[in-house]
Amino acid sequence: MGFVALVGATKPGKKSRHMQQLPAIPDVLKLKRVSGAPRQLQDTLLIALFLLPALILFLLFVIYPIFRSIYFSMFDWNGLGPAVDFVGLQNFKDILTDKVFLKATSNVLLIIIFSVGAQLPLALALAVMVGRDLPGRGIFRTIFFMPYVLSEINVAIMWMLLYNPDPDRGLLNALVVSLGGETIGWLSSTNLVLFSIFIALTWKYFGFHMLLYLAGLQNIPQELEEAATIDGANSFQNFYYITLPLLGSTIRTSVYLSVLGSIQQFILVWIMTKGGPVNASETLATYMYRFGFVRFQLGYGSAVAIYMFLLCLIFSLIYQRLTRQPDYLTGL
Amino acid sequence: MSRKIYMILSILLIATVMLAACGAPATEAPPAATEEPAATEPTEAPAATEAPAATEAPAGEPVTITWWHITTKDPGLSDWQKMADDYMAEHPNVTIEITVLENEAFKTKLTTVMQSGDPPDIFQSWGGGGFNQQVEAGLLRDITADLEADSAWRDSFAPGALGVYSYQGKNYGVPWDMGMVGFWYNKALFEQAGIDSPPATWTEFLEDVQKLKDAGITPIAIGEGDKWPGMHFWNYLATRLCGQEKFEAAMARTGSFTDPCFVEAGVKLQELVALEPFQEGFLGAVHDDMQAAFGNGKAAMELSGQWAPSTSKANSADQQGLGENLGLFGFPAVEGGAGAGTDVVGGGNGFAIGKNAEPEAIDFVKYLTSVENQTIIAANGSGIPVVKGAETGLTDPNMLTVQETFAAADYFQLYYDQFLPPATGSVLNDSVQGLFAGTLTPEEVAQAVEDSVAQETQ
Repeated sequence: MGFVALVGATKPGKKSRHMQQLPAIPDVLKLKRVSGAPRQLQDTLLIALFLLPALILFLLFVIYPIFRSIYFSMFDWNGLGPAVDFVGLQNFKDILTDKVFLKATSNVLLIIIFSVGAQLPLALALAVMVGRDLPGRGIFRTIFFMPYVLSEINVAIMWMLLYNPDPDRGLLNALVVSLGGETIGWLSSTNLVLFSIFIALTWKYFGFHMLLYLAGLQNIPQELEEAATIDGANSFQNFYYITLPLLGSTIRTSVYLSVLGSIQQFILVWIMTKGGPVNASETLATYMYRFGFVRFQLGYGSAVAIYMFLLCLIFSLIYQRLTRQPDYLTGL
Repeated sequence: MSRKIYMILSILLIATVMLAACGAPATEAPPAATEEPAATEPTEAPAATEAPAATEAPAGEPVTITWWHITTKDPGLSDWQKMADDYMAEHPNVTIEITVLENEAFKTKLTTVMQSGDPPDIFQSWGGGGFNQQVEAGLLRDITADLEADSAWRDSFAPGALGVYSYQGKNYGVPWDMGMVGFWYNKALFEQAGIDSPPATWTEFLEDVQKLKDAGITPIAIGEGDKWPGMHFWNYLATRLCGQEKFEAAMARTGSFTDPCFVEAGVKLQELVALEPFQEGFLGAVHDDMQAAFGNGKAAMELSGQWAPSTSKANSADQQGLGENLGLFGFPAVEGGAGAGTDVVGGGNGFAIGKNAEPEAIDFVKYLTSVENQTIIAANGSGIPVVKGAETGLTDPNMLTVQETFAAADYFQLYYDQFLPPATGSVLNDSVQGLFAGTLTPEEVAQAVEDSVAQETQ
C-alpha cells in the first residue's frame, strides 16, 4: 500500500482542467495521459487491484520459495523434521569442487551451444520455408509444430523406445542393423548419450521456435522484399539484408528462451538416462534432483538450485544489456 | 458522474473476482463435505439392516484410511483392491483410499508429504536406512504395543522379516513379502552352452560366463542405467568376502569400508566386467529392459530378486516368460571370503504405519497380513509370504527355493543401498555404475562409500 500512496502523491495539481475535458464515454487511450492527484491515485489503485491476485500468487509461489531455498542451502538437512545442522557456505564450496557438478555445467553449456547453433537455425530455415508460398505449407506447419504439443514425458519415452539397444525392440537400431551396421548404444555410450538427448530435445522444441519465427516473419512488410527484388537483390541477399535484421527482436527472444530452457532442462534427460551413464548426460537440473530427491541432501540440493538461479539471473541481466538494440520495425 | 459509477463498478467487479479467488479453498470444501456423507452412508446402511451391525464389532466413527502401494500390475493390484473392498464391507465405518503409484513416483511423492509431516496411514516400505530416518523424524507410528497386545499376530511373522521394520527395538511397520537376490537362469541356454550344473564358486561362475560367450549367448542381462541392479553384484561380493562381522564393524564405525575386502569386491566385479558378459547397451538399459532381455531368452542369467519370474514374464514379448526353463541358483561362494556361501542378500516389501494412523489402520494391516491373505499373495506370485503357514500358497518351485534358501540362511543382509542411509545408498549405486563403465577403480568406490558413511553417521 505504501507503493500506491507514494506513486499517487508524486504529481499534484492540474486536475480541474483535465477533469472538465473528459468525454462522456471514457476513452481508455486518452485517460492514460491525464494526470492529477485524485485521478492518478484512482488509476494506481485500480492497477494495483488488478495486479494484486497475480502478485500474491507470485510472492507466495516464486519469491517466498526462493528465500526458503537460500535458507535451506546453509543446512545439512535430510528433509525430515526441521533443519538444525547449520553449515554456513560449506554446501556452496563443496559443489564447486565436485567434478560431477563441473561436468553438469559443461554439459549444459554444450546443450546451449548446440541449441543456439543448430536447433534455432533449423527452426528459422523451416519457418522461412513454410512461411512462403510452399504448396501444402499449412500441413507442414502443423506437422512441425506437433512435437511441441506432446508432453515431455511422452517424448522421452518415445525416444527411449526408438533408441532401445535391442534391434528387435528399438527402431533406430533395427534400421542400423538392417543396413548392415552394428547396434549403436545411443543412450549407453558415454560419448554418444548427450548427442542422442540433444536430438530428442531438438525434435521436441524446434517447432516452438519455428512458430516464433513465423510470427516474426508475418510482421515484415512484403513491400520491403519486393522493393529489394526490384533493385536486383537475389533471395539470399533478401534474406540476409532484410529478413534477418527485421527478425532481430524475435531471434533475441528465441535465443533467450532457448538458453534458459537449456539451463533448466530436466524431464527429458531424467527419464531417458537419469543423467547417466556415469554422469555423461548430467545437467544442472538432474544434479540438483539427484541430491535433493534421490540422496535427500536437501540443503545441498538447495545450494545447487541457488547456483542455477544465479546463472539464469546473471545471464538474463547480461543478455538484456547486450541486446538492447532498437527494433527496426517498431523503433522500441 | 458516469465515470464515477464506472469506477465503482470496476472496483466491485475486481472485488468479486478476488473474493471468488479467496473463496477457492472454500469451494474446495464441498467435495470434502460430499465425501464425508459418502463415508457415513455405509454406516447408515447397516443400521437399516441391523443384524450384521449387531454381530460385528459396534460400528464406530467413520474413519478414512489412506494407503499408498506400488503394485501397479495384476494380479497384485486387484488382490489389494479386493482385500480392501472386503475389509470395507465388513467394517462399514472404514473407508480405505488406495493410491497406486509407480515405484519412482511413489518415492518422490512420499518425500513431499513427509516434508509437510503428513504421511499416509499405510504405505510401502522396504525398511533400512530411509525407514530409520523416518522413525527418527517422528513420522511413523510405534506399533510395538499393538504387536504385544496380539502376540498371535506378532509371532506369525518370520522374526528376521519383522526385524527389518523395527528400529532400536521398536516396531513401526510389518513385512508382507521377503525374499532374496539370486541368479535366475535360463536352463535351455545353459544346456546349449554345455553347462551341466549351476556354478558353486566365483571361479566356476566366470568359467561358465566364458562358456556361454563362446556359445554365442549373452551371459548376463542387466539394467545398469537404473544402477541398483549392478549394485547387487558388489553387494553380494562384499557379503561373501567381508562377511557379517566386517560390514557391521564398518557401519558401527569401528571398521571401515576401505577395508581390503571391500576393495576386493570391486576387483572381483572388474574381473566379471572384463569378460564383457552383458547385453548390448547395458549401461543405458533400465530394469524393465533387463527383465525383457532375460524373459525373451536373449540372455542366460540375471541377478535379481524374487520378483524376477513375474517381471520377466510381464516384460517378455509373448507375456509367457521362460516357463519351465526358468531356474534359480544362489550367488556363488567366493574363495577365501569371510562370509559363508549360504549368506543371503535380499529384501522385501512391507507396510510402514504413518504417525497419524488410526487404530483401524493397524487392524486393516493385521487383516492384510492374515494367513489367508498372505496365502493369496503367495499363490498369485506377488510375493514370498512372511507369515507362517502361508507358504502352502507357494506352488512355483522357484519361489519355494527362494523361501527355503532364505529360511536356511544364518546371516540375512538387507540390500546395501536400502540398508545404508539414503545418501550413502545413492553414492554406492552411482559408484558401482562407474565400475561397470570402467571410469572408477575399486579403491575409489570403497573410498566413496566410506566418505559418505562417515559424513552421514557423524
